[in-house]
This record gives sequence, C-alpha cells and structure tokens, in this order.
Amino acid sequence: MNSIDFEFVSGLLRRRAGIVLTADKTYLLESRLAPLARKEGLNSIDDLLQVVRARRDERLITALVDVMTTNETFFFRDKTPFELMADVVMPKMLEENRQNLRIWCAACSTGQEPYSLAMMLDDNPRLTGGRPVEIVATDISTRVLEKAKAGLYSQFEVQRGLPIQMLMKYFHQKDDLWQLSDRIRSKVTFKEFNLMEEPRAFGQFDVIFCRNVLIYFDAATKSKVLDNLSRIMRPNSYLLLGAAETVIGVTKKFEATKERRGLYQLTSQAASGAIRAA
Amino acid sequence: MKRCLIVDDSRVVRKVARRILEDLKFDTSEAADGAQALDHCRADMPDAVLLDWNMPVMNGIDFLRALRREPGGERPIVVFCTTENDMSHIAEAIRSGANEYIMKPFDSEIIESKFAEVGLV
Repeated sequence: MNSIDFEFVSGLLRRRAGIVLTADKTYLLESRLAPLARKEGLNSIDDLLQVVRARRDERLITALVDVMTTNETFFFRDKTPFELMADVVMPKMLEENRQNLRIWCAACSTGQEPYSLAMMLDDNPRLTGGRPVEIVATDISTRVLEKAKAGLYSQFEVQRGLPIQMLMKYFHQKDDLWQLSDRIRSKVTFKEFNLMEEPRAFGQFDVIFCRNVLIYFDAATKSKVLDNLSRIMRPNSYLLLGAAETVIGVTKKFEATKERRGLYQLTSQAASGAIRAA
Repeated sequence: MKRCLIVDDSRVVRKVARRILEDLKFDTSEAADGAQALDHCRADMPDAVLLDWNMPVMNGIDFLRALRREPGGERPIVVFCTTENDMSHIAEAIRSGANEYIMKPFDSEIIESKFAEVGLV
C-alpha cells in the first residue's frame, strides 16, 4: 500500500472513529482490508479504496471502519476489574443504599464484558442485595453488536476466561456453538454508539467500564471522551479502564482511587461541576 | 516447580501439551492410559493432571474416580482435555471430581486460561 492510500485510510479512521493508525501498522491495514475487498467482490485493496474515494458510499465506509476496529475480547478479561467490582464497587453501592444501579460497558465488542458482569452479579446475589441492575453495552461496530445480542459463542471463545461452572450454569449448546441463557441476555441492553459523540442521552451511571479502547485514540480524543464520561457519572461513581490505560496527563476530570489500581473516580473539581450540571 | 501428569493415548497430543505446560514452567510426565496414570499417581502424586477421556485399558473418567479414592488422591487438580464436548459429559466429569474441562481442539491460550482458573498458574 502506498503512502497516499495509507494517509487516506488513516485520515478516515481518525475522523470517523478517533483511531490513530501509525505507518508501522500498514500490515494491519492490509490484512483487514483484503478480506473486505474480496467480500465486496473487488479485486484488490486498490480497487476498494478507489470505490470508497469515488462514491463516498456510507455503507462501505462503515464496513471499512468496522473491520479496522479491534474487537479482541474474552470473558472475565484481566480478572482484576471483576474483582474490583466484587470487592470494592458493589459493597460501596450497597453501603450507600443506591437504587436503580446502572452500569455502562462503553466498548463492549462481542458482549463478553457486559455478559461477564451479568453472570457475576447473578451468581453472587449478595453483591446486589437483590437490587435490579441495568447494564447498557455499546460499541461502534454493528457487526459485533449483532453477535453480542445473539449471545452465541464458539467453543474457542467460551474457553477463554470462562470457568467451566459458569459455562454449565449459563450456556446451552446450539449446533457447534454455545448460547447464553435468555435470562442473562435479557439483563444487557445493546446499542450502537461512537465514543466520539456526546453520550448524555444514555442517562447517568454508577459504574462505567471503558477498557482497552482509549489506547487506540490520540491524546485530544482520549481527553474529550473522558470529559464526556465525567458528565454522565452519578456522584461517587466508578470508572474502570484497561490494564494499560491511565488518566494521568490525559484528563483532570478523573483520578485513581487510593486503595486500588485500575479504579477511578471524579476529581473533586469535576464532581462539583457534575452536581451543578445535574 | 509444579508437576503435571499428561494422560492421553495420542503421542502427538501429549507432545503438544507437554510443550505448552513446560512453557508454563511445569515439570511434566506422561501416561498413555488411565491404568498407567493410576500407577504413576500411586508412586508419585502430581500437583495436576491433564486428562483425556477416551483411552484404551482404562478411560479418563474411570481413572478420575479411582484417583479420588486413593490416599492423597483428592489433592491433584484434574483438568479434563477431550473431544467429548457436550454438556452431559462435562457435568459427569465435574460430578466425578474434575476441577476444569477443556474441549479439544485446544491451544496454549486455552490451557493457560483454564489452568489459571483453578489457580495452577
């Protein structure tokens, strides 16, 4: 792929999805665009980009952004965030006697993260004290959301991170695949959402999972996304980021909690702003 | 170093599993059926057993039940690793004392994930 084509595609991805793609990722671009070109009945990546340039076909541009967003995920990924939920966040919510708990998984990919939360809360009723919990899960990619809603996973996927007791309790076999029970699926609401946009329509949240997505954004986009999240947090709420992500040097709205790594809360300055805005 | 006994009648599967487990810093040994595995455990009880289901002489589930009746046989963590991939086999394995269950085909990520699940890595 020549540098003009690379600039064209990386510019498109930056504008549409906030994704920063450096020239050393040309191989990634080529490996993902080649199958898309074939699927569209085109002979090469060159042809694909010509069609995109010439027609500005929205469906094709969406498909292109879609294949370039990274969707790697698995059940109970990294374990720590789920331990933080069980050990710190949920006890705090109960202590404050918070009602109508709302959790947002802000880049849910094929659904493993919100479903892991739903299974964990269902499996440990003491965590919620019987309170209903609403889990909203969003992603930019319609393709991954369809899979997430179906709750159908391959044998490979259900063996990464999912304890066998959870598989036995919450899944059933459907041909070669494993499907989550209707009960767990009904606990998660999936919606399409681009993190570059204003999230206020989703309402306010007690917990936001925004993991392994900021790493793909440039500094300005990271800061903007965290600003947006800060405005839809209920007081004393929690933000969970990915293991390789931080708020240091990115935003003044959030700070790490003292007790545990990977867990963030609004700074006092941002919290007073949030209360005024609400 | 934790010791893992690999029980499978396929030499190829044992070799693949051995390589993965050695990368995870296990001291490994091998058995080709349940009877060999039981002899091995009586002589030298391992910390973990990676266990195939269908084998000649003694199959995996019979081995597991016998192991759990042995003195000290409740200690090893047993992870099934089999092409039997339906819920009734999984349930029977767990009921009989297995700690985890891998459905073949497997790769290093699945082994690592499942061994982490039961606190072996």
